[in-house]
Amino acid sequence: MREITYLEAVREAMVQEMRVNNDVFLMGEDIGIYGGPFGLTKGMIEEFGPERVRNTPISESALTGSAVGAALMGMRPIVELQFSDFITVAMDNIVNQAAKIRYMFGGKGKVPIVVRTPSGSGVGFAAQHSQSLEAWFTHVPGLKVVQPSTPYDAKGLFRAAIEDDNPVLFYEHKLLYGLKGEVPEESYSIPLGKADVKREGSDITIVATSIMVQRALEAAKLLEAQGISVEVVDPRTLFPLDEETIVNSVKKTGRVIVVYEAVKRGGFGAEIASLIAESEAFDYLDAPIIRLGGAAVPIPYNTILEQKAVPQIDDIVKAAQSILNKVTV
Amino acid sequence: MEKTVKSTLSNKEEMLELLHQMQVIRTFEEQVEKLFQAGEIGGTMHLCIGQEASAVGACSVLERKDKIITTHRGHGHSIAKGMDIGRMMAELLGRATGYCHGKGGSMHIADLDVGHLGANGIVGAGLPIATGAALASKMKDLGYVVVCFFGDGATNEGAFHEALNLASIWDLPVVFICENNQYGMSGSVKEMINIEHIATRATSYGIPGKLIDGNDIIQVMETVQEAVERARRGEGPTLIEAETYRWRGHSRSDARKYRTREEEAFWRKNRDPIALFKNKLIVEEIITEEDFAQLVEQVQKEVNDAVEFARNSPMPSIDSLENDVYA
Repeated sequence: MREITYLEAVREAMVQEMRVNNDVFLMGEDIGIYGGPFGLTKGMIEEFGPERVRNTPISESALTGSAVGAALMGMRPIVELQFSDFITVAMDNIVNQAAKIRYMFGGKGKVPIVVRTPSGSGVGFAAQHSQSLEAWFTHVPGLKVVQPSTPYDAKGLFRAAIEDDNPVLFYEHKLLYGLKGEVPEESYSIPLGKADVKREGSDITIVATSIMVQRALEAAKLLEAQGISVEVVDPRTLFPLDEETIVNSVKKTGRVIVVYEAVKRGGFGAEIASLIAESEAFDYLDAPIIRLGGAAVPIPYNTILEQKAVPQIDDIVKAAQSILNKVTV
Repeated sequence: MEKTVKSTLSNKEEMLELLHQMQVIRTFEEQVEKLFQAGEIGGTMHLCIGQEASAVGACSVLERKDKIITTHRGHGHSIAKGMDIGRMMAELLGRATGYCHGKGGSMHIADLDVGHLGANGIVGAGLPIATGAALASKMKDLGYVVVCFFGDGATNEGAFHEALNLASIWDLPVVFICENNQYGMSGSVKEMINIEHIATRATSYGIPGKLIDGNDIIQVMETVQEAVERARRGEGPTLIEAETYRWRGHSRSDARKYRTREEEAFWRKNRDPIALFKNKLIVEEIITEEDFAQLVEQVQKEVNDAVEFARNSPMPSIDSLENDVYA
């Protein structure tokens, strides 16, 4: 099968959905001739024109708010926020409006918007262009949160997100944009709420999200050379969350490490750890659950410090070695 | 089919209907106030008594397919756009028969079937949503116009600026109506805005800005009609500032210490939108004082029926708590 990048996979999904559904359109800053800050929308304005690939002023509030209004009236807008940090500027429209309208209106109306946005650190953009804030939105009833880790998943999950009748936050990791992988040319959908076992193993389960899936897979290779068999589970969507796949994996291995890039404190890893502790998998645990998350600091500019702020392959390897030495009685 | 401008008082039936709607809003809200004091309505409420002309005047020039979006002070707009006062009252009493099945309440009331896209508890949040609804009208060639109501306080929110700018550069069919009732909670416009008229802010976006007497229903109708026609022609948005006054406090907990009783008395005595319109109709010999007294009595009965319907309606079932979070 042909290989394309994660970035190309997202674009291809958008293009294919816009070809089959006239209600789908794109709004964002510099998404026209410029092609967006990462070049993801390059060529789209040429195919679909400025009506459907709408270059907007720098107005995150009006951008997401008007997407809510258009969606309520039957459109299916895709909003691009240049960096996921800018979601803070559009917070009211997502949290108070998009997420709540249907419930507040007694089940009338729906808000099918997709907010796609590059997140994460690793490219030296510092504190206001590098955050991982996805966990915030899992706390808000009415929203769905997607975090693809491979080109294949990115394309399939995007179609599911655009077909979903609810507001969906679609988090793309900047460092994954260049990642190549096998992606079918035809359109396909991956259901939201279905985890993927990215690698099977028997000694330790690593539940990882976004870029951490790739790091966990690299760590698993190193650990395999040491005779340690690692299973990597990628939830792919934080909400809806596939609890069953996570629980089953932990029951099989008896040990679990949860790895995510966002600040560890108050993060989504605690949710995954709790769900394991509250499930039947608890009785199968041979060691305490380990959470690996980002340091509680704004992402620093300096490369060495930036790398230190979030889990790296080596951190995962060390955590795996340590969990094998911890035995519960 | 477009309506023609009703700049004269010639159409007796239509004029009576406008007076009727204004009286329904007034009586409905007075009843809501009583029910709140009696403990039958919980939460809080934001009454628009004294502002009836802008709601009725603006909505009277709209077609059913046209949309409105309103604020936390939105009972008047909801009634004027054609919502049923029985189901509205039921919503305020938190009943299953209410427009939002008791889950939205006063601040979130909506009825997509009559083109009411919702009240909003966040000041200024409706402006970008209205802009987006207008964008959908333009992109899908649906022909409807969106009227967005908001208060003077909302014009100091970033959403106001962003939405007007976006609507202007895209020539969207939306009419922004600022009901300047002189206060954003306790903040007087004189303290919070350093220009004389909010309407002049329109120049920043290259769109028409109109300052009108919001308590003169005929002026409201004429101005909104013109703006709606402009929007329908694809010429873009208009900002209308309708000067008015809220007789009551911001909400129930408001002791109104930030303004004088003399000021309140002035507006009640001289600028009551219902009395102004009624007197105009009497001078034109369209109605008599007796006709009006009869109208007041009839409206009271309509509102009593609404309360009766609400009181007799069931509470939402406990099982409905988690319904409709997701579509």
